[in-house]
Amino acid sequence: MVQQNITLISFGYFGKHILEKIAEAVRQELRYPVNFKETHIDLSEFFDPGRRQYNGNKLLQAVDTMSTEQALKTVGLFSVDLFIPVLTYIFGQAFLNGKTAIASLYRLSNERYGIEADDKQLLERFTKEVIHELGHTFGLIHCMTPACVMQSSTYVEDIDQKNQNLCHHCREQLSAVIPDQIIR
Amino acid sequence: MAKKISILIVDDEESVRDSLSNWFIEDGYRVECAENAKKALQLIEASYFDIILADIKMPGMDGLEMLRRIKSLRSDAIVIVMTAFASVNTAVMALKDGAFDYITKPFDPDDLSHLIRNASKQILLAQENETLKNKVVSLDSVEDIIGNSEAMKKVLKQVESVAQSNSSIIITGESGTGKELVARAIHANSPRKYYPLVSVHCGALTESLLESELFGHEKGAFTGAMYNRKGRFEMADSGTIFLDEIATISPKMQIELLRVLETKTFVRVGGNKETSSDFRVICATNRDLKSMVDQGSFREDLYYRLNVVNINVPPLRERVEDIPLLVDYFIKKYCTTMNKPAIPIDDTAMQRLEEYPFPGNIRELENMIERAIVIGNGKKISLKDLPLAKDLIDNSIESLDDFEKTFIRQILNKYSWNISRTAKALKVDRVTLYNKIKKYDLKPDEK
Repeated sequence: MVQQNITLISFGYFGKHILEKIAEAVRQELRYPVNFKETHIDLSEFFDPGRRQYNGNKLLQAVDTMSTEQALKTVGLFSVDLFIPVLTYIFGQAFLNGKTAIASLYRLSNERYGIEADDKQLLERFTKEVIHELGHTFGLIHCMTPACVMQSSTYVEDIDQKNQNLCHHCREQLSAVIPDQIIR
Repeated sequence: MAKKISILIVDDEESVRDSLSNWFIEDGYRVECAENAKKALQLIEASYFDIILADIKMPGMDGLEMLRRIKSLRSDAIVIVMTAFASVNTAVMALKDGAFDYITKPFDPDDLSHLIRNASKQILLAQENETLKNKVVSLDSVEDIIGNSEAMKKVLKQVESVAQSNSSIIITGESGTGKELVARAIHANSPRKYYPLVSVHCGALTESLLESELFGHEKGAFTGAMYNRKGRFEMADSGTIFLDEIATISPKMQIELLRVLETKTFVRVGGNKETSSDFRVICATNRDLKSMVDQGSFREDLYYRLNVVNINVPPLRERVEDIPLLVDYFIKKYCTTMNKPAIPIDDTAMQRLEEYPFPGNIRELENMIERAIVIGNGKKISLKDLPLAKDLIDNSIESLDDFEKTFIRQILNKYSWNISRTAKALKVDRVTLYNKIKKYDLKPDEK
């Protein structure tokens, strides 16, 4: 039997050390093997010139087709501005109880909001978003616990308020669906 | 766990339906979609949705027309309209037609979350309001009437069935059986519960005072009428008027009362302006009104106008199994009032209470318990604390007839065989007393 893992696919240039840190954080939190790789696709197909943003629904579908048998879950990492038709923007998107998710750091950087850049904070926010979207792929819905990583976030400040960790309730739900977790 | 809020998304664009659907499902809502207004209305008729999120521009029936139809099906429906084209006119029309809110696509994720949260809060508030309303009803309702006996269960069932209607009711029963409590329970369970229940003790007032009390008076209508005064019928507008001891009202008052009941209008004493009032009438009496009608002392037309429903409250001696409950209730009531801890009652005392016929019914029992708590040793109610007449607890009394015969003889002897005074003390009319004397063959020199 093929050992499954959570696969992070980078579609932009993030730097290996960034991907390693994100992968480690995901491994710690979800207690599952994580690997990462880089690939390239022509993002222009997903670009909406009217909105000057990239279609999150179509990107999610595209990443889903790249998922392999080895990947229990796949997360596409982007650095472009994502949208879905009814919303002005999204930080990420996932198939609830599905195999695939996407996340973008475009709207997570301080410079976007006229604030001094903070790479450490950017990495923390991005990591939380990746874990959040992965949570959805395991069937977790938004959580009311303020510090839980599954708390809904519509602004970056909301992301800063929550932790990188699942609350007790969400962890129990997660444990029920991935019993073969690695033991720390 | 609270019920999930359900959302119906109505939009002709599949990508919009899918995106919104995923968004709301991730938030824990139950979601269904419809691609047009016709399908949406079918779903709404088949199922209940807490929130309907609908696009304005759709082929066929547009969102505004759909909104009007939804509102005609459910006036409390929460409908949020969405449009890609911001237009003040459309927004105003939608809000005028009853939309909860209006949002322009694409919306800020925070705006959407905020909007749905506000709508959810409104739904939860409405549910809470409904729950609280029901609780308010239960605070002043049939639970105040103590009794598990079949006889009382029958009364409570009658209360619940008549409460919702507007029918006039006569509550009959011996003195002290709780007729006013039953009237209160009917009012508290009726659609008029948020309006006044106005009580009038007809037996305590002279004819002229009763007239003024019921209809009100104008300033100067009689000596002492220094101000205009609203009558009880006016005060009971939209509510209920309770006329206790209805059998005591004079023939003249019976005529006036009949007219008011038929027309729901009246004129204040000393006035000339007709006033109307929408009230429900509940009456009470310990007399046999039908017999009074037969004897000509109560108007037949008034009797039938009042007696649409009759609820008879049984005497305490017919619901002996309720005595322990009532004793317990009154002990708690008076111990609390007197700042004392609740005390028990010994078995012998309770047994004697269950044997006692209680001519004064619950009022008499309440009086006994209050007295026992005041004069007793404060630890336990015993037989010596209860003023049960010794000669009523008589081993020769084996039946209710025996008891009645003994009791009537006692009272006759007490008033030296003055029939009028004896009848008044027994709260029966002279004819009834004469019939009892004849029935039991009572004579003045009999012991």
